[in-house]
Amino acid sequence: MKKLLTLLQKPQLEFFGIFSKRMFDINAYFKNSVLITCALLVTPVIQAETAEDKGLAIAKEFDQRDLGFSDSTAEMTMTLRNKQGDETSRLIRIKTLEVQGDGDKSLSIFDTPADIKGTAMLTFSHKLDPDDQWLYLPALKRVKRISSRNKSGPFMGSEFAFEDLGSQEIEKYNYKYLRDEVIDGLDCFVVERLPQYKHSGYTRQEAWYDKKEYRLIKIVFYDRKNSLLKTLQYSNHKKYLDKHWRAEKMHVENHQTSKSTTLLWKNYKFKTGLSDRDFDKSTLKRVR
Amino acid sequence: MQKLYFLIVLLLSLNTAHAGEWSGFASLESRYFYDDASSPLQSDSNSSFAFQPEYRTEWDKGYQSLTFTPFARLDSQDAKRSHVDIRELLWIKAEKNWELRAGIGKVFWGVTESQHLVDIINQTDLVENSNGEDKLGQPMINVSLIRNWGIIDLFVLPGFRERTFPGAEGRLRSNPRVDTSQAVYESSREEKHIDLAARWSKTIGDWDVGLSHFYGTSREPAFSPGEDNASNPVLIPHYELINQTGIDIQATLESWLWKLEAIHRSGQNPSFNALTAGLEYSFYGIYETDTDLGIVAEYLYDNRDETAPTPFQNDILIALRFALNDIQSTDALIGTIIDLDNDTVLYTAEASRRLGESWKLNLEIRAFQSVPIKDDHILLDLAYYF
Repeated sequence: MKKLLTLLQKPQLEFFGIFSKRMFDINAYFKNSVLITCALLVTPVIQAETAEDKGLAIAKEFDQRDLGFSDSTAEMTMTLRNKQGDETSRLIRIKTLEVQGDGDKSLSIFDTPADIKGTAMLTFSHKLDPDDQWLYLPALKRVKRISSRNKSGPFMGSEFAFEDLGSQEIEKYNYKYLRDEVIDGLDCFVVERLPQYKHSGYTRQEAWYDKKEYRLIKIVFYDRKNSLLKTLQYSNHKKYLDKHWRAEKMHVENHQTSKSTTLLWKNYKFKTGLSDRDFDKSTLKRVR
Repeated sequence: MQKLYFLIVLLLSLNTAHAGEWSGFASLESRYFYDDASSPLQSDSNSSFAFQPEYRTEWDKGYQSLTFTPFARLDSQDAKRSHVDIRELLWIKAEKNWELRAGIGKVFWGVTESQHLVDIINQTDLVENSNGEDKLGQPMINVSLIRNWGIIDLFVLPGFRERTFPGAEGRLRSNPRVDTSQAVYESSREEKHIDLAARWSKTIGDWDVGLSHFYGTSREPAFSPGEDNASNPVLIPHYELINQTGIDIQATLESWLWKLEAIHRSGQNPSFNALTAGLEYSFYGIYETDTDLGIVAEYLYDNRDETAPTPFQNDILIALRFALNDIQSTDALIGTIIDLDNDTVLYTAEASRRLGESWKLNLEIRAFQSVPIKDDHILLDLAYYF
């Protein structure tokens, strides 16, 4: 009676990225800023900004405004709703570490459903390279390195794809400014985002940023056939440390299936003193 | 050992100021065997109840924790399968560049799916499931040194756990049965021999690598024929002192996982080498659904040939893994292990699905071809998690 075959069930949490915006290379930013400033000093201003330039500038400003959060922790309730309106919820805690010059690191710990309690996911995200991911399975005490290839798959059976919840690195999209639009009384830029990373489930996205605070207000997603797929709405924005905006509510509605998912965030904390050590494989094995 | 338990209990009582948390599961399981039993003592079906609560408390901002996980199973048929164990009673202290674990714990090493050659710290709780995935709690002191060049884990393992085997009334056993009461040890200290182990592991880009060595009592016994009190023939387990060096490597390259585990073991004559090598490839979102399909292929080798006490000396595994990625986390796995030297084939199918928020249903089907004892069976397990 030796070992027979058993393969690990593949958990449904193939990917869990970072919920914060990503920083980009500060040095490059400063270098560009200096060059632009110099250019402005020596030559007359030429109004030759293309829609692409403007879209990129908005994305950079969005990114720039969230730099320096160092680390954050938060708790999230994910409520899944099917076509009939039946609901089910999951509880997840997320820790994030800002990384200079590369994608952030994140650690997600799953509290419910009870059968996956204690499962944890460690992600080292990268700008365009595939992310590095490890999954900890508490029943087996096993750390599995997993593929981060599955960008378009559903996260825990929800209407969020892994790529929606992953880091929003500037380099991940090409941008194009489309128009100005007022939604919910907020004056917004509407920017088209074309995914540049491999294996995206979208041909394009349209993103609404409010002009005053550069917060994401809404994203509309188009599938691989360029058909309207879903709408993600951010609301109840709160400002932390007088700088970092976070939406307490993220609601996504799938127009093709009529299913929806709501994320409610609470207990956001910033600059809690986390370090690389809190985002390594040893920590992955013991966090709860 | 007694001192260690005392220490842990002391810590537990000192720690009452920090509110802990209970979780765990209780499950009901039924197994039905298609084939007639080989012994009149056995039965074609059995039911059992298992309970595994877990108490956990942490303090020092989570850098210290204590976990207590007892386990019990009550089986309607096999007295040996009715058993209790302490899966975990472990104090963990984490510092900037080291971690300490003391008590009873569980450790997993390795990357492959069909078998776990490198994984050696914990004894297999074989009465739980014939797949060998269930483990008994192991007394240990483990120091983890966290450095830029990798993680070094050092283990002192005071106290050996004997492998569990089904009793005379149980299915999925050898004939004659294994008589654990007559276990023989090479070490004069018997099950009190202090085993030692060390492991280095590191992630290098897309590669995760581990190198390990173990010195102590083999978790895998050899067997010799004998008799029990009633003069029935039995197999007597022999636990020898072994040295085992292992390596495990996984390369994670987009949809491909490439895996290798290899060991060299001496002490159980003859010395031998064994390996598992294979790959896993995943198709995501097949046929425009949310379902992922994984294909797993592994080769299992042991240079002891047919003399090997393992059935996997020259075998291949082929399996398909389905994950529906739905709210109920439905998944399924069907696979086969084919012996390349003879007609022996193992078929397996497993599926699981969450019911509501707290229940989980597991189904397992196993069938064997060209084996001495055919114990084809179906297993249904309903667990409540809290």
